[in-house]
Amino acid sequence: MIFSATGRFLYRRKSAAAALGMLLLLILCALAAPLYAENVGVDPMESSLAGTVLRDGKRVDIMQPNDNPLHLGLSPIGPSWRWGAYALGADSQGRDIAARLLYGARASLLIAFSAACLCLVMATFCGLLAGYCGGWIDIIISRALDILWAVPVYLFAISLSVVTVGHDLSFGPFHVQPDSLLLPIGIIALIYVPYAARPIRARTRSLSSAGFVLAARGLGASSLRIVFREILPLLAETVLVLSPLIMALCLLAESALSFLSLGVQAPAASWGSLIHDGEGLIYSRPVVAIAPGVAIILTVLALNALGDAAQAELRARGRR
Amino acid sequence: MKGVASRLGQMVLVLFGISVLVFAVFFATPGSDPSVRIAGRGASPEVIERVRHAYGFDRPLPMRYLTMMDHLFISRNLTSYVNHGQNVVSEVFAAAPVTLSLVLWAALFWVAGALVFGLIGAAFQGEWIDRLVSLLALIGLSIPVFWLGEMVNLVSESRFHDSWLFSWVPPLGYVPFMTSPLGWAKALILPAMTLAVAFIGLYSRVLRTDLLTAMQDDALRTARAKGVGPWRLWFCHALRLSGLSALSLFGLDFAQLLGGGALLIEVVFALPGVGHLTYQGLSTLDLPLIMATVLYAAFFVVIANALIDGLYRLLDPRMGRGSHDG
Repeated sequence: MIFSATGRFLYRRKSAAAALGMLLLLILCALAAPLYAENVGVDPMESSLAGTVLRDGKRVDIMQPNDNPLHLGLSPIGPSWRWGAYALGADSQGRDIAARLLYGARASLLIAFSAACLCLVMATFCGLLAGYCGGWIDIIISRALDILWAVPVYLFAISLSVVTVGHDLSFGPFHVQPDSLLLPIGIIALIYVPYAARPIRARTRSLSSAGFVLAARGLGASSLRIVFREILPLLAETVLVLSPLIMALCLLAESALSFLSLGVQAPAASWGSLIHDGEGLIYSRPVVAIAPGVAIILTVLALNALGDAAQAELRARGRR
Repeated sequence: MKGVASRLGQMVLVLFGISVLVFAVFFATPGSDPSVRIAGRGASPEVIERVRHAYGFDRPLPMRYLTMMDHLFISRNLTSYVNHGQNVVSEVFAAAPVTLSLVLWAALFWVAGALVFGLIGAAFQGEWIDRLVSLLALIGLSIPVFWLGEMVNLVSESRFHDSWLFSWVPPLGYVPFMTSPLGWAKALILPAMTLAVAFIGLYSRVLRTDLLTAMQDDALRTARAKGVGPWRLWFCHALRLSGLSALSLFGLDFAQLLGGGALLIEVVFALPGVGHLTYQGLSTLDLPLIMATVLYAAFFVVIANALIDGLYRLLDPRMGRGSHDG
């Protein structure tokens, strides 16, 4: 039933279908990263300043003399239209941009997806608890979320990252590696919990005073049964509609953190850290920064379009 | 009056909560000892112990919280861990005018842009021009602001700097208003426009929806029936009805930006504002500096929110009564 509903939704809203297609394409590209790296024979993490590459039948250095009249310093090889290694050129470490873009897609999409899931799980928990229990539990949770939301989101994420990312951390028996992806995932999930919890709490409140919930309570159902069997299935719709928008926010936050070198740690790549790498080469090899930016825009655009379509669908359903 | 008092009480509670939260993030995160970080990588245990004592990290947490708050807000003499003797609080206040100028310029662009696109979208609802504006707004929302800043730099400072369009663009950096008002404006126009793009996208969507809702309102139907012309109808009647919710949203975002949301733009355009100060603290792990900017920012946001809330109630007396729960 859920598949046919999704199918009808995609059929009715062409923009959602296009957005979903775009996202699937991006995920396929990310999955194909090792395939590409092996096929053209490059290592996306290892710097190769002395390496050479075959271009137009000739062996050329990856790091070439500068284009400026004095030929001072070296600049990485630029993009070419031919398929093969270094099709998008190299970065300042002599690494293949195209391969790093694909590997970066893995990190960015993985972090955005996991952070969005974690965020929605936490937000659903908070919203459900606050909305269903009401009273002082509601007041405490709502105030705590207000406090979290009052700290500007990026500043909060930056603060948390400064004290955690890149240091050896131990939480009791758990030890977190300094470059673990768990840290950015957890941080990004946490900062958007208040944003996601608000609509979930409001929906829970309106659901818990609905007739069928009162009927269930009158029949003697326990609170646990009411929450899990009566409210949660209807709440799932709200959460599902919210999820693409949250994932878009998470992806943007991840790219901002990595741009400030506070997310994914070198030599691993994400789209944000690739833009950071490209910042130093922006005037000589702009493609290094342009390519990951375009990738971020395409992904976030697709997610936003999907979220918009889902929200419009929900509103239209409510009117019927 | 009772409402005002309880609001004030809640605000104080929220401010207290924020200060505890920020303090806990920086100095009580499990497994990350600030003294290890100050002493540097590979420092001997004796050195770490000395640092711990010198900075008072061996005292109990509540005491440290109180002394930190005293340094920040009462005696205002918190010094940096990295540049000894540098007063963090006065640095934050010295950087604030830069951020304020940037955000004021950005607000100018984003209100103008949102009005234009929102009105176009609502007036041509469902036509191709509305779809185009919606798509542009969605794209504007999806662009990472720091990347857009880099691209603006690339175009205006390097690739097309010699063309007539961008020959006026000054090199990156800030010029104080007192030194040269023209230079001040020139230095801020492009960063402010870049910052405004995402907000234009967001606000034009909000305004379009609100305008279309307002058009269904009885007051608007009456006005139309009276024979009010389309320009007067849109600008005087519909905009007044729908502007209020956008206004409260505007206040929130304005405060967030002033409180450090403009960090990425300040970094990309090398503007020495509060965000840039935070960024400098990041690279040297100067915890007091970062904590001061974050805490002042959060306090500013809370107080601004309370003011906006009060203003909103003055403008629309219906708000105070009825359910404000949601």
